[in-house]
Amino acid sequence: MAQDPILVIGGGISGLTAAIEAAECGCEAVVVEKNAYLGGRVAQLNKYFPKLCPPLCGLEINYRRIKENPRLTFHTQAEVTSITASDGGYNVTIQVAPRFVNDKCVACDACAQACPSERSDDFNFGMSRTKAAYLPFDQAFPQKYVIDGASCKADCGRKCQEACKYGAIDMDMKPETLNLKVSAIVMATGWNPYDITRADNLGMGKVKNVINNMMMERLAAANGPTSGKILRPSDGKEPKKVAFVQCAGSRDENHLPYCSYICCLASLKHISYVKEQYPEAQATMFYIDVRTPGRYEKFYWKVRDMEGVTLTKGKVAKIYNAQGTDDPVVVIEDVLSGKKVEEQFDMVVLASGMEASQRTRPVPVSVSYTPEGMIIPSSLPPGIYASGTAKSPVDVAKSMQDATGIALKSIGKLLSSGGAN
Amino acid sequence: MEKKYGVYICKGCGIGESLNVDKVIDSVVSNTRFAKDKIKTHGVLCSPEGIAMIREDIKNEGVNALNICACSQRAKYEEFDFPGCVMVRTNLREMVVWSQEPGNEQTGAIAADYVGMGIIKMQKAELPEPGILENLNKTILVIGGGTAGLTAALEASAAGYEVAIVEKEAVLGGMAIKNFKALPSEYPFKELQALPVLEKIKKAESNPKIKIFKSTTVEKIDGQPGLYDVTLKTPAGEEALKAGAIVLAAGYKPYDATKLGKLGYGLPNVVTSTEFEEIAKKGGIKRPLDGKPAKKVAFIQCAGSRDPEHLPYCSHTCCMGSLKQAKYVREADPEAVAMILYKDIRTPGQSELFYMNMQNDPGVMLTKGEVKQVTQGVGGNLMIEAENTLFGGSVKIEADMVVLATGIVPATAGPQAYLDGLAKAAGKGDAEKAKFIEETPKPQFILNLGYRQGPEIPSMEGAFGFADSNFLCFQYETRRTGIYAAGCVRQPMTEAEAEADAAGAAMKAIQCMEHVAKGIAVHPRAWDQTYPDPLMARCTSCKRCTEECPFGAIDEDAKGTPFYKINRCRRCGTCMGACPERIVSFKDFNVDLIGSMIKSVDIPEDGIRVIVLACENDAYPALDTVGIRRQQKLNPAIRVIPVRCLGSTNLVWVADAFSRGVDGLLLLGCKFGEDYQCHFVKGSELANYRFSKVQETLNRLQLEAERCQMMEVGIDDYNKLPEKINQFVKKIEDEIGPNPFKGF
Repeated sequence: MAQDPILVIGGGISGLTAAIEAAECGCEAVVVEKNAYLGGRVAQLNKYFPKLCPPLCGLEINYRRIKENPRLTFHTQAEVTSITASDGGYNVTIQVAPRFVNDKCVACDACAQACPSERSDDFNFGMSRTKAAYLPFDQAFPQKYVIDGASCKADCGRKCQEACKYGAIDMDMKPETLNLKVSAIVMATGWNPYDITRADNLGMGKVKNVINNMMMERLAAANGPTSGKILRPSDGKEPKKVAFVQCAGSRDENHLPYCSYICCLASLKHISYVKEQYPEAQATMFYIDVRTPGRYEKFYWKVRDMEGVTLTKGKVAKIYNAQGTDDPVVVIEDVLSGKKVEEQFDMVVLASGMEASQRTRPVPVSVSYTPEGMIIPSSLPPGIYASGTAKSPVDVAKSMQDATGIALKSIGKLLSSGGAN
Repeated sequence: MEKKYGVYICKGCGIGESLNVDKVIDSVVSNTRFAKDKIKTHGVLCSPEGIAMIREDIKNEGVNALNICACSQRAKYEEFDFPGCVMVRTNLREMVVWSQEPGNEQTGAIAADYVGMGIIKMQKAELPEPGILENLNKTILVIGGGTAGLTAALEASAAGYEVAIVEKEAVLGGMAIKNFKALPSEYPFKELQALPVLEKIKKAESNPKIKIFKSTTVEKIDGQPGLYDVTLKTPAGEEALKAGAIVLAAGYKPYDATKLGKLGYGLPNVVTSTEFEEIAKKGGIKRPLDGKPAKKVAFIQCAGSRDPEHLPYCSHTCCMGSLKQAKYVREADPEAVAMILYKDIRTPGQSELFYMNMQNDPGVMLTKGEVKQVTQGVGGNLMIEAENTLFGGSVKIEADMVVLATGIVPATAGPQAYLDGLAKAAGKGDAEKAKFIEETPKPQFILNLGYRQGPEIPSMEGAFGFADSNFLCFQYETRRTGIYAAGCVRQPMTEAEAEADAAGAAMKAIQCMEHVAKGIAVHPRAWDQTYPDPLMARCTSCKRCTEECPFGAIDEDAKGTPFYKINRCRRCGTCMGACPERIVSFKDFNVDLIGSMIKSVDIPEDGIRVIVLACENDAYPALDTVGIRRQQKLNPAIRVIPVRCLGSTNLVWVADAFSRGVDGLLLLGCKFGEDYQCHFVKGSELANYRFSKVQETLNRLQLEAERCQMMEVGIDDYNKLPEKINQFVKKIEDEIGPNPFKGF
């Protein structure tokens, strides 16, 4: 008996895991991803805590699992625009934005070399620029260029088309609508870094050399804007004194009341990035509580005990630019000593929290959300599941555990009715 | 199958510009004596026209073994998909033209070597025939009837699978059933809830697909995925069971509080958090000593946890647990006060909202501090001394009851510590081993596997006795295929987290059974139909394969002859690398195949040649990326051969290479040790061990040991790798000199 596939919304680590695990159980799975590449947030990470191993390593295995598995298909630059219940499953409509590059692309880079227009590189949070014809990053999967329709001025006489020897550029490509009948849906829509410019006192976007934690990942990554060399943005100086401000937006009723789970560990990891490149550097982490649950404690101890690392309990009141310099100054009350401290740094990294993507881009499903846009699982209609950070902030490990279990729930009916092959 | 060959060389992506393809073909024909008329070229091989050309040869000429010489095997996988054919991808794009100086005269020779190696692989590789064993069983054995075990059982049965739960206690419910109430698991994370585990017990007990064995332990497990023979020890005696996969959900025990005398355990009115649940269950919060309602209850966090002298890890659940118990105190008596003394409050994620709600209760006081000691006060009260508090300095607090938030000790910790101790003692000799066995009380084993490598899942460095893999991105990997750990036996986790985790473990158990039914490997080569097929007639029973297999896939029969249990096998090829007789082969990957590829490489009379064996998941993609980025060049002296895992590298390849005149051998594998990155866990470590002894082989050939080197390479090391390779080549050029066998 032919069975309808499951639909997985989101091609990050959670969605990929759910889809691949389901497909390796013999079920059909379709992944819908809004970016031009798979991998989601983890593709932007330099290393995972606590092993400091590259996320690309696990992604490579996952990409291979996808390549080898005919039961898994995916659509990039795609979004689900409608979901209606039908006959025990769902009818879904998927809108695929034009890539302007077809399957003939060999990723030779000729289009990018010919392209006269530029765009801000969102993969690097605007810290670099790419051509309007670009590959999202060196190891992007699928290995296929994209033309950013919004940045392409299209007045160059289609230089990219001329340069492409493979007939891969199609500037007349139109948005595509796909209709699909699916047996179940997994919402693995992931997260965005909280827009910390909303916390006026922390200086993001106004005070020089204040960045967020995801930008730090890109600065440290070999495929990032500085080829992996951590340099402060304003003048390219090597930062030798770096502050890490925890709970930037998290655990704050004016912003995100919850704890974003990963930021303490991420900052400890960032300290290890800084110390690896600049062994003599000073790093200070300002925290409310250091949250390194389970076996992560060991990683906390390892970083805490490095020379030049200071941990100060307290909430940062203000960050401003020291006059006449590009150095940010952090104002804080040290809770343990009760003293107000002002300290100048070369660079400040705000541990901005995790905001559910659903808050700004909800999937058209009738479901209840927390005020911050986290899905409340018990409100999901039958056959629709939420996985990973769509329902609560978690780390990669927990996200994968969750996605694997959610995969089983989403295919349970198929398996028990003999629908796998 | 009779093979008909076809070699297809693409000229696109700069290959045609950088190489004189006709000359390359001439070299290949002269080096390999391969028929020139079976080599075709195309301007863009991945184009519909190029693919059509290949398809026509398959259809009209019966071509069924292909060497596609174009881009990396990692690219254009949808286009170059010809089911039923032996497929070889020769990487001329990333590994040659995109990573060599344009117009370099050596580029043609490099390409010819790669095409030639591809031809040999095409000639030697065979199509796999899946090895499917008979009488496979699809029952899941779940060890442990707590939250994790029950969830795994319910989820698996909902997907149509039979389950057997083995619970050592007389009742189901594990640690969770000992609780008075459970933490909130959903927004707004405010109110405590009735125990979810009760509902699970009810569902499991009435589920016809779930068979439950209480007061039962596992006496023995033999066999392999799909074919486990389980012997249970039930109150009625032994019972045999067949199973296809296993979920290990044996749970945890609270840390032994008698070791926490400093924190007052042993004094009246000092209890553990588990004991406090029992008190709360009885109604009201009454002191054990005198039954007086407790008015001021102090909770001491990290009782044993985050302490190098006790448990170095954080037990993750205790902060939430004490906040919950503070709520018991407040709900039992609105006048009563709960005080929590903590190092850090750890309520990650949305559990923070529960913490916030509790903070808003004026009867709950939270104080940071490190408790130095708890002593007896008057009237059964207790005095708590804490340092480094937020009030500055140390404080003394009086409470009429103290609750120690004791940590989590996984059920596997005892067996693992015993087996680690045994292995260590055995390493010192038989006498030490006998002494250890005599003097050390044997803990209750859980799995009791009849495996040659031992009765339990091997412990992992830095895992503190948890049955965890230390994999971040593949959470359910263990070194025992078909056995998946879930819940607190794996990592400290809350009930809600254990539920999610258990569903995942059930999924992996199901997947494993379905894969062995089709004769395919499980993760990470979950598509692979090949399997190790040893030529047993030539086996000398040296036992290297049985000892080295990272997954314990090879047992020994009574005579000591290895017995390959292929359903346990993960297809890394470590056995093939270990075997001194070179008898272990996969259909498309074996000692002769790789050795012949090495031997086919053209050795220049003047100039250096280095063979690079690269892990295909990490080092090879890193080299590919050098090509994709086109910012650096690869040293023209190297010839790269991808391998499944560095663990599969056989020492005979060293002899193959050096006796042919190769000047250097470089092994690129994954990081090993505690933070290992090898997806076969031990492959790169074993390769390193094996090659540390390569001296012997090289001495025999009167060659310098430095000619052979292993490097730990991550997939993101692409910007450092070219220089590291250059240094190795330079060292051979400048310091060691060419191989004296050259030209013989």
